[in-house]
Amino acid sequence: MDTVVNIVSGACLLLGSFLIFSGGLGLLRFPDFYTRMHAAGITETLATGLILLGLMLLAGWGIVLAKLMMILLFILITSPTASHALAKSAQHGKLAPQLAEPEDQRSR
Amino acid sequence: MLIATTLAILVVMIMALVRAFLGPTIYDRILAVNTFGTKTVLLIAVIGFLFGRPDFLDIALVYALINFISVIGVLRYFEYNDEVAAHEYNEKAETQKES
Repeated sequence: MDTVVNIVSGACLLLGSFLIFSGGLGLLRFPDFYTRMHAAGITETLATGLILLGLMLLAGWGIVLAKLMMILLFILITSPTASHALAKSAQHGKLAPQLAEPEDQRSR
Repeated sequence: MLIATTLAILVVMIMALVRAFLGPTIYDRILAVNTFGTKTVLLIAVIGFLFGRPDFLDIALVYALINFISVIGVLRYFEYNDEVAAHEYNEKAETQKES
């Protein structure tokens, strides 16, 4: 039983690490603010949930599990809120998204 | 597995720092700082388990609260301040497109 829990927890942690890394790569490499926000905002929630789930499986029953649940709940609420506020603020600040050139559209 | 997760989080934090220094607009910097804060919460939690001291989770919880409040506060300041934030970047993009 213990081995199964350890394997599942390790899989959750690995998948979460991969998602975090892809989010960071998108944050670094994408050409535009809105695409960067898309990369960071989408991966953040699932990756955080997976890593905290892996830690919960390691923790077992007790106060540690309750604290992890509180962190997970709080991040699940605040992360989309922060992304929404960021997009709204950029839109009100009249930040123009990067669009395709007209020549590209004609050649398609 | 915990060590691999710690290393991945550290690499992503470095990427967010690079974006915060590079970022052409102020919103890129705020996004990078927000990402950095979330990853700090995860890093504190994972390191607590790695060293066998899960008491670190209290610090992670407090850090999540502070991070959210500060990001919302900075965004409220820049939301209706478009001369400061995006104007210069938009003008530069326009001149690049014309030339």
